[in-house]
Amino acid sequence: MGSVVLVTGVARQLAGRFVRRIQREPAVDRVIGVDVVRPEHRLDEAEFLQADIRRPTIARVLAEHAVDTVVHLDVSGTPFAARGSRSAIKETNVIGTMQLLGACQKAPGVRRLVVKSSTGVYGAAPRDPAVFTENTPPKSLPGGGFAKDAVEVEGYVRGFARRRPDVAVCVLRFANILGPCADTPLAEYLSLPVLPTVFGYDPRLQFVHEDDVMDVLRLASLEPRRSTLNSGTFNVAGDGVLLLSQAARRLGRPTVPLLLPAVTWVGSALRTVGMTDFSPEQVRLLTHGRVVQTTQMRETLGFEPAWTTAETFADFARSRGRGLLPPEILARTVDRLAAALPGPRSEERTRHG
Amino acid sequence: MADAKVIPFGDEPRSRRGRGGRARAAGHRTAPLAPVPGQPHGPEHPAAPEATGDRRGPAGPVGTAARPWEQRLAQGLSFLRRRVTGDYEVDEFGYDEELTEEVLLSLLRPVYEKYFRVEVRGVENIPESGGVLVVANHSGTLPLDGLMLQVAVHDNHPAGRHLRLLAADLVFMLPVVNELARKAGHTLACSEDAQRLLERGEVVGVMPEGFKGIGKPFSERYKLQRFGRGGFVSTALRAGAPIVPCSIVGAEEIYPMIGNARTVARLLGTPYFPVTPTFPWLGPLGMVPLPTKWIIQFGEPIPTDGYPLEAAEDPMLMFNLTDQVRETIQHTLYKLLVQRRSVFF
Repeated sequence: MGSVVLVTGVARQLAGRFVRRIQREPAVDRVIGVDVVRPEHRLDEAEFLQADIRRPTIARVLAEHAVDTVVHLDVSGTPFAARGSRSAIKETNVIGTMQLLGACQKAPGVRRLVVKSSTGVYGAAPRDPAVFTENTPPKSLPGGGFAKDAVEVEGYVRGFARRRPDVAVCVLRFANILGPCADTPLAEYLSLPVLPTVFGYDPRLQFVHEDDVMDVLRLASLEPRRSTLNSGTFNVAGDGVLLLSQAARRLGRPTVPLLLPAVTWVGSALRTVGMTDFSPEQVRLLTHGRVVQTTQMRETLGFEPAWTTAETFADFARSRGRGLLPPEILARTVDRLAAALPGPRSEERTRHG
Repeated sequence: MADAKVIPFGDEPRSRRGRGGRARAAGHRTAPLAPVPGQPHGPEHPAAPEATGDRRGPAGPVGTAARPWEQRLAQGLSFLRRRVTGDYEVDEFGYDEELTEEVLLSLLRPVYEKYFRVEVRGVENIPESGGVLVVANHSGTLPLDGLMLQVAVHDNHPAGRHLRLLAADLVFMLPVVNELARKAGHTLACSEDAQRLLERGEVVGVMPEGFKGIGKPFSERYKLQRFGRGGFVSTALRAGAPIVPCSIVGAEEIYPMIGNARTVARLLGTPYFPVTPTFPWLGPLGMVPLPTKWIIQFGEPIPTDGYPLEAAEDPMLMFNLTDQVRETIQHTLYKLLVQRRSVFF
């Protein structure tokens, strides 16, 4: 007998992709997608149930369909068009998780729980170590926004794991998810024609590709492979690091350094016109950056990401079209300059320094 | 510290200290007399043709044609090309090796060679490869000694190794400074970062005196302050990395700090606000350091791999090793001071 997988938040692209992916697994019998609104993308054979995880009805769904694996992907940072404001998102993230976990606790059939979290739970502060491990306590707890939701969600999940030790609980802390159809706040920020940055700071960023997100979610939702363990908390990120300045150059978008207070004003202005969610937490990420260690992911979970941070970013850059300063044109300009210079002058060298 | 006064200028009385004594005493006889290695220019020029070889410029044939300025121009343009397109690598600490080698070190080198005329001794005490912790004294009001130490290791070490400095959290709170520090390979002085760097096999530089050392009054020059809580020793022990004591002479006199405006410091949120004969009286002009002559002496490495696994938890061993490193540096400082003819030459 195969397993019955329940996936929350399937109206979003990422969860929709995961539903289509997981039903192809031979070990999976049925996939049930749950969301408040009907998804616009297809879910293939999977059943869609219009249900709100913030309401106790979710417990009935679990019992009726004899669900044994719950994949909780309805933890998200960006408002979904139909759901509107930031407060609604927070309610789905926090209250939704509480209700869902309450329902899971009452459902004896549940064997496995996978929760999508974020590396945002580490916060970002100048006194933090350069690289976070799963055990690093945050120096400054996120004050609000999605990161705070993620911290609270993880708190509830820990409580659940204590009360139901028979359930394998896997918390995946994803770095910034990027890819052709990513809808994270950072993806929105990187799609701005001109990138406002914080003057005097060049944050280190790490990305994880959507394809890798699919693979690691699949790995966590099925029985663990030999000599791996898929319960616990894992950082998930691609190899390597990009600086924001470097990312902007690869993307071909000019940056405008602003002083820290000005960034906050610009952020709230952008938020008012609805261009991007420039929350204080996002500003902190873009000030101090965040890098996580992925040894646990490799050694315990047995997952090797197919995309590095740089490759993920290149894929994202391809999908977004060229910016105002495409790197190819800049490279050609430099080449032309090199070809055009008849007699090199001595100050040329110093100018580059 | 009281024991700073009682250390005599000879080797004999040190032999009465029993613990770990033999290796250390041997270190004392050889280290200060170690031969002066090749002059700072040494590793630079042999490296240049190789660099042009693998990073060929966009104007390929121009570079190969032997004339040095053409080569440098081609190299510069290909560097520029990589920078504007973002085609370079940084490590997880944000260390930008290319930028450091081509720009940051080039900017520091004139100060190092012409202004402070740094003389480096015993750089061969830093092993060719593997993690090693360089522990140095800290002085001079502004952390120029750390930067000079970084140039010294890179330019004089036969393998051209890069020093990764551990810096105070204040560095990472200041805009611009934090960006440059990260790109130059510095990171926060915490045991997690230090251990990670040592396990990756890097040369890690630490100045355990911290603000107590760099912000001490001129009257206490060359008197080592307390070495924190000795966290650097347990980090080195955990990583099994040898500790290389390093003594820097000359940095103490660059800004003779005759006073400390505590109220201003508290207002600015800094640990101290220096008052020197020229600063803040002459304004920005007072920030020009005095052109002292520097000597950087690396001592014999102190091995840490012979200890059992739980040794890093043993406070007594930590104190002893910390004292050993501290006294080695203090002792070498006094020796160098005796040898020194003048502060400026």
